[in-house]
Parts: sequence; C-alpha cells; structure tokens
Amino acid sequence: MRKMDNVLGRRDCRDAEVFKAFLMKDSTKSNRNLYEHLTQLLIKVIDEHTENAVDVVEEMSRDVKRALFSGIKGPLREVPQVSSAELLTEQQRTLFSQPEEVVGETALPNVSEIAFYLEQAEVGLGREEMQRIFLALKHLVDSEGLPRCRLWGKILGIESNYIVAEAEYREGEEEQESIEDQPAEEEKEPENPENEQVEADPLPQSIYKPQLDAPKEAIGTGANKFAYYVCKEPGLPWIKLPSVSPAQINTARQIRKFFTGNLESPVVSYPPFPGNESNYLRAQIARISAGTQVSPQGFYQGGEEEDDEEDEIPRDSFEVNPDFEDIPVSEMAESLSTWVHHVQHILQQGRCTWVNIAVKPDEESNEDEEGDENEEESEEVEPEVGPALLTPLSQDAEMFNTSPWSSKVSTILTFQHAIAVLRSNLWPGAFAYACGKKFENIYIGWGLKYVGEVYSPPIPPPPLMEYQNGPEITEGLDPTPEEEQALKEDLEEQQAALEEAEASEDDEDED
Amino acid sequence: MDSNLLSYSLDFVASSGRILSIEQRTALQTSMLILKKNYNFQRVMFWGKILGIKQDYFIAQGRGEDEIKNRTYLYSFNCMDWLLLPAVTESMIEEVTKTAKGHFIGDPSFVYEQNLYFQIETEEEAESNVNKVSEENRLSVTIQQIDEDVSVVPRGAFIRTPLGPVHVNRSFAGLSESEARQLDNFLHFREPKRANILYLERMGDWCPAIDFLDVLIDDIPKGSWSLQFECASRVCLLRSLLWFGLTFYHVPNTPQHGYIYIGNGLKNQDLPFML
Repeated sequence: MRKMDNVLGRRDCRDAEVFKAFLMKDSTKSNRNLYEHLTQLLIKVIDEHTENAVDVVEEMSRDVKRALFSGIKGPLREVPQVSSAELLTEQQRTLFSQPEEVVGETALPNVSEIAFYLEQAEVGLGREEMQRIFLALKHLVDSEGLPRCRLWGKILGIESNYIVAEAEYREGEEEQESIEDQPAEEEKEPENPENEQVEADPLPQSIYKPQLDAPKEAIGTGANKFAYYVCKEPGLPWIKLPSVSPAQINTARQIRKFFTGNLESPVVSYPPFPGNESNYLRAQIARISAGTQVSPQGFYQGGEEEDDEEDEIPRDSFEVNPDFEDIPVSEMAESLSTWVHHVQHILQQGRCTWVNIAVKPDEESNEDEEGDENEEESEEVEPEVGPALLTPLSQDAEMFNTSPWSSKVSTILTFQHAIAVLRSNLWPGAFAYACGKKFENIYIGWGLKYVGEVYSPPIPPPPLMEYQNGPEITEGLDPTPEEEQALKEDLEEQQAALEEAEASEDDEDED
Repeated sequence: MDSNLLSYSLDFVASSGRILSIEQRTALQTSMLILKKNYNFQRVMFWGKILGIKQDYFIAQGRGEDEIKNRTYLYSFNCMDWLLLPAVTESMIEEVTKTAKGHFIGDPSFVYEQNLYFQIETEEEAESNVNKVSEENRLSVTIQQIDEDVSVVPRGAFIRTPLGPVHVNRSFAGLSESEARQLDNFLHFREPKRANILYLERMGDWCPAIDFLDVLIDDIPKGSWSLQFECASRVCLLRSLLWFGLTFYHVPNTPQHGYIYIGNGLKNQDLPFML
C-alpha cells in the first residue's frame, strides 16, 4: 500500500513539478514567466497590505509589470528638466525681496482687505494668488512711481490670462506717439491721362468716402483717464497698455472675440479691428469701466461748481465727499438708487465728450470734384449726450427683460456684519461691494458683454455700382418678330410705292 | 468635486474668479455629509452654482454604484436644505430648449411661457398654444446638458469593470506634468458617443478599461477648451469656452482632480465666431 502511495505521491509530485516547470517557462514575448510574476505580485500584496486586494489584483498585476521597465542606468545621465513651475518661481522670488527703505505713505491699495471683503461676496482669486498680486502691485507702484493705483481685475484668456491694474497718470506725462496712426484717407482712382487725348467714355469713379475717425481723447480725460498695466502672472513684468481711440471702442462694440493671452496677436474680425490684442484689451477695459464702476451715493461729489454749463459740458471730475455718511447695508442691497456710476459713460461716438467730425470740403484731400457738390452742405449733426456723471444705477436701462444689476446682502446668518454686494448682469464678472465707508469694484471674467440673443456679425456694405445706369450702357431690347414683320411690311410698301413712282416716271419719260 | 476634498479643492479653481464664502463652505461640509447618509450615496460631489437674478442655486450631485449612470442632483439656496431635482426626460429637454430663454431667475416655481400663435385665415381668433416650463425643470435640463457637454476627468481616473459599471480607479497616480499639458489625456465623463479607436494610433497606448470615454480633443469646434497652469504653475486647469464657468482642475502627479461649474447656466452659442 505504501508503495502505491509512494507511486501516487511521486506522480503528484511529478505533476506538480511539471506544472511548475510549465509556469517557469519564459514567455516568448516578454522574457518573463508566470511563476516569477505571481511571486512578485504576492510579495507586493504582502508588503503593501492592500485593502480588498482581490478587487484590485488586476491593477497590481499591471503595476508589477510596469515596474520592470525601470530604465537602463548606463553612461547616460538625466538632463535636469526645468518645469515651468520652477521657472515661474524664479521670477516670483523677486516679489518677496525686502524693501530698502520704509516709505510712509504709499499709493498701494490694501489688497488683503479687499480680498477679504470680496471673499464674502463670493468673488476672488484665492488667498495666495491675491497675496502674490498684492506684492506685484507693490512692485509696480515702486518702479513706476504712480500717484495712485488700484487692482482693476483679471481678464481670462485662452492661453493665458491678464491681471489688470488701474493707475493715475503721473504729473506731466505726455502721450507717446504710437506707431499705428490714423489710416490715411483712401485716394480715389487716378484719372486716366489718356482721357484728355482720346475721346472715350469717362471711367467710373469711386464714390467711396472713408469715414473720418473721431480724434482720441487726451490722456487724463474721458476714456483715457487712467493708465492700465497688465501682467500675465504676478512676478512677471507689468506692461503698459496704449491709450484707446474711439474707433477701437466702436469696433469692439461690434465684435465678439476671445483674448488669447498674447498682447501682440492680431484680432481677426469683421469689421476689421484697428489694432492688435493690446488695443482690443484696452477698449474692453474702457467699456467695462464705463459700464460697471460704481460707488455708494454721496461718496463722491461733483468737482467744481458749474451752474449754467451743466447741460452742455458733462462733468468729468469729482472728489471725495468729506461729509459722506454711511448708508446702511440693507438699504444698499435693496435699492439701486443708492449706487452711482463714477466713470463717464462712453457715447455712441466712442468718446466721452462729443466732437463734431464733419469737416469742410476744402480740407479734404479729394482731387476729383465731380459729385462733391452734395457734401458742401454741412450736415446738421446733433451732439450726442450721455447720462451725466454720478447718475444713480436705478436709471440704467433695462435690457432683455432683466434688471442690469443684481444686489444682495452677503450673509443672512450674521447680518449684523454683512456687506452689500452688487453684481452686473450685462457684464458677467463685474462686482461691487460696499460696507460702511469702504467700497470697491472688481472685474474677473472673460471680458465679454452679455448680448441676449445669439451674436451675428454685421453684414459687409453692398458693393458700389461701377457704372451709373444710363442709356449708354443699358442693353436695348431686340424687336419681337411681330414688330419685325410690321417693319418689313412697311418697308415693302415704301419700296412698292417707290417702284411705282419710278415706273410712272419712266412711263412719262417714254411718252 | 468631491465633498471630502472641498476645503482645499476650491482654492484650485479660484483662479476662474468665483469662490465660495467661508460661511458657505462650512455649511456645505456639514450638509453634504448629512445628504450622503440620508440618500445613501457612495459619494457626494459639490457640482457648482447656477447664478440667478434674484437668488443663486447651489447644486450637489450624488453618485451611486455606477459613477456615470447613477447620478442624482439636488439643489439648495442656503447650502443646508436640499431639494431633489426631477429626472430628465426627452420631452422635458425639448420643452425647455424651446421655451426658456434668458437668465435664470432664482425662483424654482417661476414659469417660462412662450406663446405660439396660430392665426386662422379668417383672422377672427388666434389660437394660442402656450408652452410652459418651470424653472426647476429648466435647471434640471441645464445641469444635465452641462454634464453631457463639458464634464471632464483625466485619463485613467475611472475604470470600467468587465461587468459594465464604472468605478473610481484606486491606483490612479495622476498624470505627469507633460501628460497634463496635452488635451489628449482628458476625457468626457459621460456615456461614450464616439468610438475611441483612433486613440491607439495617436498615443500608441490603448487600454479598454481606461479608454472607454470620449476624448476632449475631438470636440467640435476645435479649440473650445482653454488649458492653463495656474497657482504658480502647480495646478492644471481646463476651462470650457462652450459653457462659461466650468473649471476642471488636476494637480499633476497626484490623484487630485475635479470640476465645478459656477456660472449663469447659459450656453455660449457664439463660440465659432469668437475663436
């Protein structure tokens, strides 16, 4: 019996050995065998003590296989790859350098405090990012020597974003000549000199009159009242944006484009935008500021007293009212008349103050005078008027059946210390808060206005007629067969009449 | 984003401009846990906010066994009291897309009306067929559309088991930094609509358990996603240009990822003009 057991045992052993040899057979593809793999897998399970190992065993098996390819350590050394994060940290280190001297008064706003209030209004960029922006603003103020500076907000772009700071111009700063000037007026087609010699029909003349652009506003006034600096990340250098022209504002009103994050990139659109992305950015900033910068009523009061001229020349200056009394937060959140705009409205023309651009015909550089007679009558253009500065928000026009602003108190649970929050529905991303004597505006968004219905680009103007319609070029109608028949019969009658007359003459002659 | 990780994941998406106040965050931490217990969810996610003219809706998403199929949505005004949103049906989607236009109001019982007049030739009576849709339905449909269109997960974060259900991949170690810069590695988190065979040719690495979802890069129009590194280049952020306000974050080399939608719930239909 023992012999049988032995034989059976040996057979089992042999089966087991055969099976083990089978397991240890190297795979033709990967030069490993199942025995080794299972051993390593079990070792891994034992080492890591994974929970529910049976459920994740496939993953672990894959991990074991992956861990095999650990890389050949040969004479090659790894080149240290600098990640973008590391590059940025180098630049951001400069933010944290200690100042040489401690200056007393500074133009720097208290961004930490603003960030605290904005957080209650559910707007913000996160505490660390706000702190970095704070330090970057400090750098800006110190390096450029700005009298006053404020964080305007952030505009998101496709590849990177812009952090925008608003600053007052320094005393005596002049407009720098920008490279792109007003486009030269289009010249008409030069007359063909051969016309004078050969009598030919006159060539068609173009009747296109290019639109004259309104001049830019001087810096320090109107839409160019403040200078704007942008940077991509706090720590990178600040770049000053050029001042804005009315043509750019008008075109920006008609197009709808994303920002790419690169200030030099062209803005491809119809109508063609006069400028590149930095101009487009500046135009949108101007529009947003004009539409959404608000303050509690009474905080600012009109500057100089102008009695009679109030109707004609809009005020563009204001000063802080020393007698401002706090408006309670609940009142501010409830009624829109407690808030006023403190940035001038931009008129249809693209400027804040209207300018008559109709110029006398002598000053135009047209050479051809035919057909210009109509222009000598100067059109009576009415000056455009917009709402005056410091008008309350309750007078803002309602668009698309919704109020342009939504207001609320920041919290109901602790309403004793709540703040009033105002959110714009026309420019999603524009916020304002007020708490006692403190208030601030900010814009964080894509820089696009809410247009209600789907945007459709303006249609290009119809092409001009080359030749005037007249009898010289109008094709005449060919006569119909009936008319031809009638004409033919008439001719035959005449012919017959002639022949008869001739025949009668001949007869007479013969006689 | 997962409610367990709410405290720090909100900081990652803050660079889109919208954050939650500290009061709301603490309220959410409490109420999400209560929700999970009451409704027996596997995971509760804070989906985001839809801003209305008068009030904002806070939206939470509860997930069951299958991460894609078993999703229920709830809304609240104060982050404490949650109400269930109705499930979405085809007819509801049709009604809402025809009728509801403009901003959300903020009142779930508000009814959007659209009058379709049928004029009979005699011009005596104009039959008016009024389509009515409540804001609650509109909310439900909008959330479902946003999830269909722009919910994002990194590749490898979810696994489809051979039986069908989709689970969280516990050994997902995160995308590497270079992988996180390529839009190829991000997938739509919805029932796959497109066959994903092309992925093999592009990346040379296809695994049916992981690559069962649609790739973002195949979205039409191309360029409807903005991929950036924020927070001093530590976090990879994806912003959708189709639905303004959707932000997806992923910290490379860690399994942390999530998305949130804070916006006014309006689709950007001008996208082709704007690129």
